[in-house]
Amino acid sequence: MTTLPVIVVGASLGGLRTAESLRRSGYDGPITVIGDESHLPYQRPPLSKAALHGADDALENLTFAHRPAISDVTWVTGTRVVSADLGANIVTDDRGEVRTFSALVVATGVRPRRLHVPGGATEGRYALRTIDDARSLRDVLTPGTRVVIAGAGFIGCEVAATAIGLGCDVHVVGTTAVPMEAALGHDLGAAMQVRHEDHGVAFSMGTRITAALGHPYLAHVDLADGRTLACDVLVEAVGSSPNVEWISSNDVDATRGLRTDSAMRVVRADGSPHDNVFAVGDVASYPHPHHGIESASVEHWNIPTETAKRAASVMAPMLAGDPSHLDVAATPFAPLPSFWTDQYDVHLLAYGMTRLADRSTLLAGDLAGECLVGYYRDHRLVGVCGIGMTGQMLTYRKELMAQPLAAGTAA
Amino acid sequence: MINVKVDMSQCQHYGQCVLEAPHVFELNAKDRLEYVAQVADDDREAIEDAIDICPMQAISMAR
Ligand SMILES: Cc1cc2nc3c(=O)[nH]c(=O)nc-3n(C[C@H](O)[C@H](O)[C@H](O)COP(=O)(O)OP(=O)(O)OC[C@H]3O[C@@H](n4cnc5c(N)ncnc54)[C@H](O)[C@@H]3O)c2cc1C
Ligand code: SF4
Repeated sequence: MTTLPVIVVGASLGGLRTAESLRRSGYDGPITVIGDESHLPYQRPPLSKAALHGADDALENLTFAHRPAISDVTWVTGTRVVSADLGANIVTDDRGEVRTFSALVVATGVRPRRLHVPGGATEGRYALRTIDDARSLRDVLTPGTRVVIAGAGFIGCEVAATAIGLGCDVHVVGTTAVPMEAALGHDLGAAMQVRHEDHGVAFSMGTRITAALGHPYLAHVDLADGRTLACDVLVEAVGSSPNVEWISSNDVDATRGLRTDSAMRVVRADGSPHDNVFAVGDVASYPHPHHGIESASVEHWNIPTETAKRAASVMAPMLAGDPSHLDVAATPFAPLPSFWTDQYDVHLLAYGMTRLADRSTLLAGDLAGECLVGYYRDHRLVGVCGIGMTGQMLTYRKELMAQPLAAGTAA
Repeated sequence: MINVKVDMSQCQHYGQCVLEAPHVFELNAKDRLEYVAQVADDDREAIEDAIDICPMQAISMAR
């Protein structure tokens, strides 16, 4: 009898880290990673930053290095999984091939949400998630191009900074009062807007795009406040949707990402875990007991790595028939989210769940220069954000790490 | 021994690696990264963790 493989769906950061972590956790059986992109796992963060204005090889050099320990992993690229049957332990791909798994790992991430607006323009509209997206966008970000960016979150602001550096004329349209408000709070968001304006980026905040007009080439967009902006390129950076359709007909909770327990095991509608089905990375919605939150996904770069390590630490003994996996699954898991963003010469780093805050305070420095901002919810520190001052940040990071887990909320 | 290398043209001095392997990586008084270039084989996992979490993917190792 041949051993069935662990099948990982999604060949990006979460999938790669799962394969590596399974080997490190002592699993030496077969692993198959299936991904719909034609590339092996690569770094996404540079796609909105350096790689967008770099030479062509900047996009080629993003592939992650592979450790010798995963040299025997089977990579099936350019292949989309279209359905899963968790009762029969099978997945089916877009060529009709059916594969049976010993354990399944869902690492399918998210995709950009698109604007659903009238106006007829189908050409000149872009979203940014993949290398292929970055290539198409890079080709049109030429000097003098009029670029409107829908969405003033991190990706929208990073693309704005990159595009203005490429000589484009850039206008950001966002629904919040200031850019990146949800994550940075009002004061730091406003200070970031000033930096962008100093570089020549225009903002229309507190409004939205209601139409993208042109037949078929984009000519202008209409805003809810009645104005019209002439443009050649529209970048849609308005959030994301989890890639869960292929698995959601099973007994799972896919209302906001794919819900898991704190061992990263996908749970049924009644909350009980599937023993051999895990989710990692952006797609996974997991418990945050120290914040009293039952389930939420976190789309930051360290989370695929942390959740993959966690999933593998439970999966490896489970596959070996070692009952100790239940003890491992019961240990607390509360990875500290961390994210960074590079805009112009500003390197901003954050730890924790700043978006939960009801208040933010300048802890040190000056919002226009190097600074440290603390984020509080009910007077408790939930996150910290810094521009420079990395040494001091580590002190606050320790404070965030040391917080006790709220009792009784672990799923 | 394992040779550790950080591509200083990439490093943004975020200090994520410091948290994974504090005996190898350190932020100095000016918040610049300093590190030990040769470490014992026992440190492999800690270095791997640092490599995994470095936002700039600036760290590499060789035996
Ligand atoms: C432009 C950009 C900039 C970013 N910058 C930062 C940053 O500065 N800092 C930060 O902290 N984070 C940043 N992020 C977020 C970070 O890149 C993500 O958190 C990370 O990539 C998530 O990894 P993942 O493996 O969970 O998901 P993904 O990287 O989304 O990978 C999922 C993979 O699964 C594939 N897939 C989906 N459905 C199927 C299917 N049915 N069958 C087969 N394959 C499938 C997808 O095509 C994709 O390849 C950025 C993201 C983007 C897009
Ligand atoms: S984690 Fe990477 S970028 Fe940060 S200090 Fe270490 S090597 Fe530099």
